Amino acid sequence: MIRVLPRILVSFVFLIAATTASAEQVRGGDLVVEMPWARASIGTSRPAAAYLTIKNEGLSADTLLGVKTDAAATPEVHKMEMRDGIANMGPAGPVEVPAQGIVTLAPGGMHVMLRNLNHPLKKGEYFSMTLIFEKEGQINIVVPIYSIGASGPDE
Amino acid sequence: MTTVRSILWVAVAVALAVFIWLNVWLDSGQHAIDDSSNGPTSAVSPTFSLTDQLGNFVTEQAYRGEWLLVFFGFTNCPDICPTTLAELAQVMEGLGTNAESVTPLFISIDPSRDRPKTMAEYVIAFHSTIVGLTGTAAQISAAVGSFKAYFEKRPLASVPDGYTMGHTSAVYLISPTGAFVRTYSYGTPAEEIVTDLQQRL
Repeated sequence: MIRVLPRILVSFVFLIAATTASAEQVRGGDLVVEMPWARASIGTSRPAAAYLTIKNEGLSADTLLGVKTDAAATPEVHKMEMRDGIANMGPAGPVEVPAQGIVTLAPGGMHVMLRNLNHPLKKGEYFSMTLIFEKEGQINIVVPIYSIGASGPDE
Repeated sequence: MTTVRSILWVAVAVALAVFIWLNVWLDSGQHAIDDSSNGPTSAVSPTFSLTDQLGNFVTEQAYRGEWLLVFFGFTNCPDICPTTLAELAQVMEGLGTNAESVTPLFISIDPSRDRPKTMAEYVIAFHSTIVGLTGTAAQISAAVGSFKAYFEKRPLASVPDGYTMGHTSAVYLISPTGAFVRTYSYGTPAEEIVTDLQQRL
């Protein structure tokens, strides 16, 4: 029991952090990250996707350079390009968040591709993610996992 | 004077011919553009010989008498495919009892990774009515070709196995007699598809 206690405590703290962070926006300077969500995965072999919205309330642009997460070894921002009805996926590269602008990562557009999952993404659970911005530096968020059939953050 | 007049008449005739030719040409060009924006046309005659997620060999004949909603994709696709399959699941739920006459088919365009067993664990996660079909590379090319759909393998270092698949993102509606009816472009809301289907069923 003594040995399990710290783990229970840690998950409890994490749960509180998770519920507060996902219910509210996470602010870092002029940037506000909101409505993160991910779909549940089947096992770990296939890449999963996470989505979110970044608001820039400042007067100068910032750039999302990359992503880190404990859920996957190699997360990367990807974008879907639709040409003549043909969908093609590729790395988005650095994503500029314009001054007073909003960048949305949503199905059919951009997503954080979670490759090499460290564990299956289970509905109802959470994982942490760090967004790395050129100016603002790191912003930590908690991403709730919805069902595999979810299509948006309001599931 | 008469020569000047005949030259003028010739000029008028030439101008008229050019005018008519331009009109016809522009018109036909316009049609070509219209056709491409509408996507597949009546030339689509869907046929396939594939294996379903239970390991059964099936052709299009197996689904005569049912409306088919056909989508091409692959199970390693993290965005478009789960989004569309989730939408098809919503359509099936939205149809209520009419869902009995509709079968969604998810046809893999990634035969080297998507075996029947893979398809089985994938499609069931979305809806019990979705059929997952795969086959050999040749069988899949033939199926895709009959739908006038498109897919391509593209190298991409940042994904598993170093490649991804580009593919037609629309959902095809096939009638109970096996005729192509229409496509629903990617992102068509489930309610819109349900309303359209309810009028046809």
